[in-house]
Amino acid sequence: MSLLFALLVGTLTATGVFLTLRAQTFPVVLGLTLLSYAVNLFLFGMGRLASNAAAVLGAQTQYADPLPQALVLTAIVIAFAMTAFVIVLALKTRAELGNDHVDGTTDDAQKDDSSQ
Amino acid sequence: MATLILIVLLPFLSAPIIALLAGWDRRAAPWAAGITTLSALVLLGILVSNVDLSTPQVIQFAWIPQIGLDFAFRLDGLSILFSGLIMLIGLLIIVYARYYLSPQDHPGRFFSGLMLFMGAMLGIALSENLIQLVVFWELTSLSSFLLISFWQHRKEARQGARMALAVTGMGGLALLGGVLLLGHVVGSYNLSVVLGAGETVRASPLYLPILLLILLGAFTKSAQFPFHFWLPNAMAAPTPVSAYLHSATMVKAGIFLLARLFPVLSGTDAWLFLVGGAGLITFLLGAYTALFKHDLKGLLAYSTISHLGLITLLFGFGTPLAAVAGIFHLINHATFKASLFMVAGIIDHETGTRDMRRLGGLARKMPHTAALAIVAAAAMAGVPLLNGFLSKEMFFSEALDVAPDFGSAWLLPLLVTLGGVLSVAYSIRFVHDTFFGTPDPDLPQEIHEPPRMMRVPVDILVVVCLAVGIFPALLISGLLNFAAGAVLNAPAPHFSLALWHGFKLPLLMSAIALGGGVLVYTLRRPLTRFHEHGIGRLNAKKLYDMLMQSLQLAARTVTRAFDQGRLHGMTLWTLITALIAGGLGFISYHAPLFGPEQHAPAFDVITATGMLVMMAAALAAVWMHPRRLLALLPMGVVGLGVALLFVRYSAPDLALTQLSVEVITVVLMLLALRYLPAHSTIEARPRRYRDALIALLSGVGATILTYAVMSRDYENIAGYFLAKSLTEGGGHNVVNVILVDFRGYDTFGEISVLALAALGVFALLQNLRLPQGTPGPGSRSAAHPLLFQTLSHLLLPLTLVFGLYILLRGHNAPGGGFIAGLIVASALITQYLAHGIRHTENQLLIPTHGAIGLGLLLALGTGLAAIGAGYPFLTSTFGHWQIPFLGNLELASAMVFDLGVFLVVLGASVLMLVQMAHLGTVPPDKPAAPEGGVS
Repeated sequence: MSLLFALLVGTLTATGVFLTLRAQTFPVVLGLTLLSYAVNLFLFGMGRLASNAAAVLGAQTQYADPLPQALVLTAIVIAFAMTAFVIVLALKTRAELGNDHVDGTTDDAQKDDSSQ
Repeated sequence: MATLILIVLLPFLSAPIIALLAGWDRRAAPWAAGITTLSALVLLGILVSNVDLSTPQVIQFAWIPQIGLDFAFRLDGLSILFSGLIMLIGLLIIVYARYYLSPQDHPGRFFSGLMLFMGAMLGIALSENLIQLVVFWELTSLSSFLLISFWQHRKEARQGARMALAVTGMGGLALLGGVLLLGHVVGSYNLSVVLGAGETVRASPLYLPILLLILLGAFTKSAQFPFHFWLPNAMAAPTPVSAYLHSATMVKAGIFLLARLFPVLSGTDAWLFLVGGAGLITFLLGAYTALFKHDLKGLLAYSTISHLGLITLLFGFGTPLAAVAGIFHLINHATFKASLFMVAGIIDHETGTRDMRRLGGLARKMPHTAALAIVAAAAMAGVPLLNGFLSKEMFFSEALDVAPDFGSAWLLPLLVTLGGVLSVAYSIRFVHDTFFGTPDPDLPQEIHEPPRMMRVPVDILVVVCLAVGIFPALLISGLLNFAAGAVLNAPAPHFSLALWHGFKLPLLMSAIALGGGVLVYTLRRPLTRFHEHGIGRLNAKKLYDMLMQSLQLAARTVTRAFDQGRLHGMTLWTLITALIAGGLGFISYHAPLFGPEQHAPAFDVITATGMLVMMAAALAAVWMHPRRLLALLPMGVVGLGVALLFVRYSAPDLALTQLSVEVITVVLMLLALRYLPAHSTIEARPRRYRDALIALLSGVGATILTYAVMSRDYENIAGYFLAKSLTEGGGHNVVNVILVDFRGYDTFGEISVLALAALGVFALLQNLRLPQGTPGPGSRSAAHPLLFQTLSHLLLPLTLVFGLYILLRGHNAPGGGFIAGLIVASALITQYLAHGIRHTENQLLIPTHGAIGLGLLLALGTGLAAIGAGYPFLTSTFGHWQIPFLGNLELASAMVFDLGVFLVVLGASVLMLVQMAHLGTVPPDKPAAPEGGVS
């Protein structure tokens, strides 16, 4: 099961990285979201995967590691704030520069287009 | 002895007061500066008369004892002499500057800068701890930067200040290195110990690096060759600054350092050749160049360089008598050079020019000033009956004594006599070209003496030159003996200061210098022609500029190679670096990478299927990403899958958070898509393949890393939190207790970040005009379905109560501020979606800014309350209360903190979404721009 979990983290990382390397803002936002999923799951996995062991005292005798969970919880919220901020940056770019290229210029895209 | 600290601190304390006073009345600034200096001087006088000075007195407090840094001051002959000089000349400069500054100049800035500088100089003079000395050393560089650039509107002032800062700042850095090495060798940074450890230092293999680094510091400060070029360029400063910093005090700091460390570093061949060599070259080069300068201040600048070289050369000789002569000349130079600078300032002030080719005949129009200038210049030239003559005689006599060390018995005496000849020549030029001869006809005719008080400081200094020159034994012998004892860290050698020593070689050298000087001056025209076609073309400033330019070019080239202003390139570089670093880590790790996998949960088909679906969805998101709206579907699948995984593996809090965040994020993205192109461009194939390769490698790395960790043995600190959660945090839900109690500080930081992000979004979206994108769901034109409206009405109170419930139970069951905030936020957002932004805002007004502020205040207040109760920040307390109808209630102060978290999360989420939604209600005032980059 751990191997499958690791593969999931890997897949999310790979897809996230690929989308982060795109030239337009929206795919980059998607890529960052995927990357944050990957990082959150990775952190969560550091506490190992335990079934029926929620860290609420009194419910059972075995508890999952609460520390990574606490870290991931805040990480989720921060990632949300970051996503919102990046989306707004994308909108601002669009408004100020008239395009949604990450570098604010479509030169690169045009060059790529012509070479295609 | 505590007075000593007060003496150093007084100027620093007065600086801001002076700046304030000057705003009130500009005449107050010089008075305040003068009174400060005078009080510090009187304090020093009282201290000196009350303390037994047969041995050096030290006062010290531990500052950072771990690195040997003490706050320590020292009172001995050298420090008294030097600090006295700083304050006395400072006082005269203040009087002079009072009349020099024009009504346009800001007196507050000038005099507070001067006070900062004086404080830093006193710090250098009185420091016992060497690191502390370096700190004051850097402070003199900084404050002199402010003073040189006082006339900020002049380009050459800014350039000169920058050059001085660059050169002396670099030297300061070298000095710090040297001092650290020195302290390492000696085992202490305190002078009392260091001065006694000369033999250890000279025997150490680190001696040469120490010497080089410290000399680098001293030579840059004292404008020794090859670092002399900054001093003439610093002459763009107001003349009082030049007189104070660049003749009497700051440039002497380097000499002071040579004197201070004389017992430790001198007495070796390296010292003789480095210090002596630099001094000799500077002495001759400065004197030669001074002769050909047409600017009065330029002549004085190079003459200062030359005299600094002379003093350095004396210390380079390394003999006790030479050190005495060095100290003596240091005092003399300060008196005559400061007065000459002030004369130059007076001439500039009255005639409007400092160019000697235009000046002339001023002796008739300002006879008093001319008399002062003639005496001071004669002292500079070394004419008998003046102080300069005495120290120059000692210099010649020492040069004769150590000459054999410099190769031959006649070479050194010849060179120093040549220097003397040049000194006499430029001194004559200063006087003759200015006060005699014919003036330029353009020069204003109405030239008269300066205000009386502007001349008084010069009067005093010139009287000192004369008095010391005529009665040396009476006036200066005792002080010199006292200071020399401190320099040598041993009783001073016997020396006799007298006008007449009989017919000896030094007297002959003086006579040659005087006669030769007159001869050189009469030959000045052919010499100037020769100079201007030869050496005169060499310019150290040009070299310096070239050096700086090439440094900047190199820095720019390196930066450009990595940062082309493109996100893609930067991300790629970061990823490749991470991959290489990670790859090296994997390769160099020799133990088996994976462990026995003892803690793995059992395989179950449903979870495995879920994970596979998530992987497929992630790949689908990549596949579909050019169609943006569609790509949000697989993204949602992945997000929900993550939430389900949290449920499956015992993290209910995480699952709840993830779920609520997912909802809000999707709404955000949908809102954004209304204003962005509906499709993404597909890049060229090579780029996609390259990116795919990088992505694949990153994925493989992440997989290996994750599996490597998860398959190994598992040790953690969970036991601590599980055991203490109830007893110390008063809560059953350990994750929540960690968030609001154990790691409350982190959480406080995180909600601050959240608040900042929300406010950033708010600020970015102000007055943003976006071309209307594709009308999508939720835009104004779309109708609000009745069913949705009715349902949302019903749901709102339910969700609010549920949110409150989640918040309150958070300490003991899954829930808490983060989750409750997100749930309530999504409930409110549902209202916006169902009824439209305008309608909802009319119905319920949510003070989002207020919620964020109040939340942060609550969280901070909880922490401060703990401090108020005598516990560390954010310590929580809890108790049980019997409350009617509700029964036994367990309440923890951390719940107030959690309420703060709740408010911040709620306020931030709603603020961000409402701002985005508002965009649609702003009528577009320009036609939609053509879609850029849509294929």
